[in-house]
Amino acid sequence: MFTELLRRELLLAWRRPGEALTPLMFFLVTSMLFPLGLSPSPDLLRPLAPGIIWVIAFLAGMLGLQGLFRADHEDGTLEQLLLTPRPLTLVILAKALGHWLVTGLPIVFGAALVADMLFMPARGIAALVAGLALGTPLLTLLGTLVAALTVTLRQAAVLAPVLILPLATPVLIFGAHSTTLVMNGQPAGQAFAALAALLILGISLLPAAAALALRISHES
Amino acid sequence: MHSWHEFVTMGGYAPYVWPAYGIVFVVLLGAAWFARRDLRLALARAAHRAHEMHK
Amino acid sequence: MFTWFHKLGSPPLLYRLATRVSPWFMALTLILIVAGLVGGLVLAPPDYQQGDGFRIIYVHVPSAILSLMVFALMAGASAVGLIWRLRMAHAVTIAAAPIGAAFTFLALVTGSLWGKPMWGTYWVWDARLTSELVLLFLYFGAIAIIRAFSDQRTGDRAGAVFVLVGAVDLPIIHYSVQWWATLHQGATLKLSGSNMPTSMLWPLLTMMAAFTCYFIWLLVLRLRAEILRREWRASWVERLSAE
Repeated sequence: MFTELLRRELLLAWRRPGEALTPLMFFLVTSMLFPLGLSPSPDLLRPLAPGIIWVIAFLAGMLGLQGLFRADHEDGTLEQLLLTPRPLTLVILAKALGHWLVTGLPIVFGAALVADMLFMPARGIAALVAGLALGTPLLTLLGTLVAALTVTLRQAAVLAPVLILPLATPVLIFGAHSTTLVMNGQPAGQAFAALAALLILGISLLPAAAALALRISHES
Repeated sequence: MHSWHEFVTMGGYAPYVWPAYGIVFVVLLGAAWFARRDLRLALARAAHRAHEMHK
Repeated sequence: MFTWFHKLGSPPLLYRLATRVSPWFMALTLILIVAGLVGGLVLAPPDYQQGDGFRIIYVHVPSAILSLMVFALMAGASAVGLIWRLRMAHAVTIAAAPIGAAFTFLALVTGSLWGKPMWGTYWVWDARLTSELVLLFLYFGAIAIIRAFSDQRTGDRAGAVFVLVGAVDLPIIHYSVQWWATLHQGATLKLSGSNMPTSMLWPLLTMMAAFTCYFIWLLVLRLRAEILRREWRASWVERLSAE
């Protein structure tokens, strides 16, 4: 059943490629702004690169989350989902995974490209990809919760980032610095462990919280 | 504290200590004033609505 | 115990209780604040390194501690409201939120003024100040989401979920910011010695108690207004306004 739900999500995304590609485009375009706004010097960009890439990955991820429940909300599928006997938590987990595969994963790989353009060494790029692979799903899970809370609101697009970003600060901190530590040859085990632990915690708690949030926002 | 002068100048730290305490007082008193006003308005509105309901 | 608990969920009872305790906490606040100010500004000896500048601690630390305690209270009230479906619990949450935000703001401003003579700038990315900044945004988010819905009940419950997630996240945020601060060996706002002499400590405890009483006083004031706004149609409100 889970795979069936997941396949549906992926199929829907395939039919709307624009929505799926926009976060990646935003990510790539915005990364270009940094050398232009700062300086093209490798000595300046290299140490800043992990932080820059993580922050933009977050912003791009947030952009993509607007559409998570939007389409289903507009055509009434969401209300139907709330009525089916399927456990809502599982449905949401499938939605989140599908969404991450379509919007988050491309960013993880796009980051490798940007990292190279910002003069990061290979070791750093590997750490970056690993860290983002842990961090972007977390962001998607947090975003799913916030999207579930705000789906019925008109100003959801403005409110959602304000709600997600404070909650996501630990992910940003551990993520960006895990990359930097590896880049500088320092031990980063603690940071990666923290990211992994947060991801496990997030997968266990956030889909259920999002299910509750979805029910609440549809109560009236 | 050994003197009034020492108290006022806070050993040189006056530009930091007094504004800090000052802003705390302004905010706490202001919040209290707003809360009391809020309550007064809520009471008045409730009385007004009760009056309206029984016209 | 449960009947007492459910009784508190009754708007008229909660309103009456709030009205009764209000003057007591106002009086306690005044007494404790005067005692704390005298102790902190006059009686406590100057610090070995920071001189009289350390006295900001007597407003900074209570603000910071209250900012956290209020969020914890909001989380507790949110949980109660969601689990037992008590509307009044949600009223407590939204009544407390702006007060907590005010404490957070004060912690930031006083921390900033404390840091300026030590570090030269009006803002330092000290671990505690940075955590308080994130907390301020959590408060704003909570207030925004509670007020965003036209149906109050939906807003209450959505806000409750957000506050609970935020409360679980807060220790994680603290830990991550702490770790981040140790990575960069930056500014830290603290007192020089590790052990605080009694003459310095008791005004701090007094001010913390004063701020707590102030919070309860303000909470019951705002709670009463919130209850009236929500229950204006009820007959007990009619009777009340007729008095």
